[in-house]
Amino acid sequence: MTAPASTSPTGAPDGDGGASAAPAGRTTLGHTGSPASRVLGALALGSVALLVMYGLVWSPPDAEMADSVRLMYIHVPAASFLYTGCFITTVASAMWLRRRTPGWDALAGASAEIALLFAAITLGTGSLWGRPTWGTYWTWDARLTSTALLTALLVGYLALRRLDVDPTARSTRAAVLGLLLVPNVIIVNRSVEWWRSLHQRSTLVKLDPTIEGQMLVALMVGFLAVGLVFTWLLVHRFRVAWLEYQSERLDLDLALAERRAEAGHPREAVEAARSSDRRHHGVADTRRPGGTPA
Amino acid sequence: MWRDAALVAGRDLRVELRSRVTTNQVAPFSVLVLILFAFALDPDRQLLERLASGLYWTAVLFAALLAISRSAAIDETDGVRDALRLSGIDPAGVFVGKAAAVAVVLLGLEVLLGIGVVVLYGVDLAGAGLVVLAALAATVAVAATGTLYGALVSGLRVRETLLPLLLLPVLAPVLIGATRAFEAALAGVPADGWAWCGLLAGLAVLYAVAGALAYGTLLEGS
Amino acid sequence: MIAMTHAGYIAAGWGGAAAVIGVYAAWVLRRGRTLSRQVPPEERRWS
Repeated sequence: MTAPASTSPTGAPDGDGGASAAPAGRTTLGHTGSPASRVLGALALGSVALLVMYGLVWSPPDAEMADSVRLMYIHVPAASFLYTGCFITTVASAMWLRRRTPGWDALAGASAEIALLFAAITLGTGSLWGRPTWGTYWTWDARLTSTALLTALLVGYLALRRLDVDPTARSTRAAVLGLLLVPNVIIVNRSVEWWRSLHQRSTLVKLDPTIEGQMLVALMVGFLAVGLVFTWLLVHRFRVAWLEYQSERLDLDLALAERRAEAGHPREAVEAARSSDRRHHGVADTRRPGGTPA
Repeated sequence: MWRDAALVAGRDLRVELRSRVTTNQVAPFSVLVLILFAFALDPDRQLLERLASGLYWTAVLFAALLAISRSAAIDETDGVRDALRLSGIDPAGVFVGKAAAVAVVLLGLEVLLGIGVVVLYGVDLAGAGLVVLAALAATVAVAATGTLYGALVSGLRVRETLLPLLLLPVLAPVLIGATRAFEAALAGVPADGWAWCGLLAGLAVLYAVAGALAYGTLLEGS
Repeated sequence: MIAMTHAGYIAAGWGGAAAVIGVYAAWVLRRGRTLSRQVPPEERRWS
């Protein structure tokens, strides 16, 4: 469906520099990067390197847990940003219901997907930590159980987003579901905690609150690194979602215009359809007339 | 709104009564689930009796999935949804009506399953007050939540597979609360169970309100 | 560093997290490029 790229390759293959010039037609080389996101990416990489040093080398093993505490430097921040992602999805869903602009829908979906990624990391590192500490990969303590349920909630939400229906209907349903995400998380967390607390289990899930020194630094660096990675991923995933929306919209307009053309209307009708759509969506028209349809 | 709700509830219940799917299929299915548990676990009656509360509510949840799916299906046939929108019936009324119908159906199933559990698992009924109130609160919570989520998946080809995936994690707290309340009642220490009953009531109210507010948006936007 | 206790678990945890994020990041970036081919630059808002 896309016409082949019609420029000579510009820039390095990994997308250095700004987007390449757009020649005639709809096709361009491009990517989801921008100067700001590149800076963000560099910072993220730097802080990850710092985390590796602090987490694996410079900080000492714990008195009780020995070296397995090093998994906590990823696990705890990952759990925090998992919740952050859920929060963003709920807020974005609420904003979409109020404003109905596609950006909010894109943000809700992107945030949920990354939250799911971090849920996997949380559960994975948590269970790898549990094995040497408690002797078992899984235990039904409050934290792990609610995280597992939260993962199910996210999987369900993302499944709903993939439906093959009219985009507005899909966004509406997803937004209502997304709006309920944080309330569900709170309810699940509270009830599971209450339930498991009845069994007086002495778990070591909480990090020793008097954590200090190099271990505290490692944890802080962990939060910084995981946070920057989360943000960078979110920016790019949001842009991809935005592009998906644009692509879907353009395909729809093109299909409509082609139908009209088939019905015997001249080519101008195709251009008219495109430009009226652009006006409707508030985007400037900088293309030359007579662009090649894909 | 209440008149609209009664109207819709009446319609849903009449559809169910006429089609008899609930009595002929859902009810036997739920008893079958109880029987399957006996196959899966040691039919040594002590084990089943100890686990009865949890098994009971699990069976209720599975039956609820079917009941809610059928409730959603009523509005999927040609033009019913548009007719609802155009008729001027308050969407909150539609929600309350549908949820009420589901609740009635569920209560019937729960009584049946209660008999099943007493007979098949040898449970001694005790703490009747707590049992009844907890069951009522849990039923309203399940019906309200289910009707809202039913609307989320209504009209979709994948409704039957998506509904359980969306609904069961959300109902996990209801399962926890209802089971703990029943366990407390049956063990003769209802004092522990009333707090859980409170949780169930809270969830019921929460989802009733959420559903009433959101139903309009869902009816419009789909 | 190899002398760490539970080295296997730590390696699995850190390595797994890195792998998962790396694969996802690569997927997102690649999808971004593919979609960028279909969407003219004025429809984007960032470059």
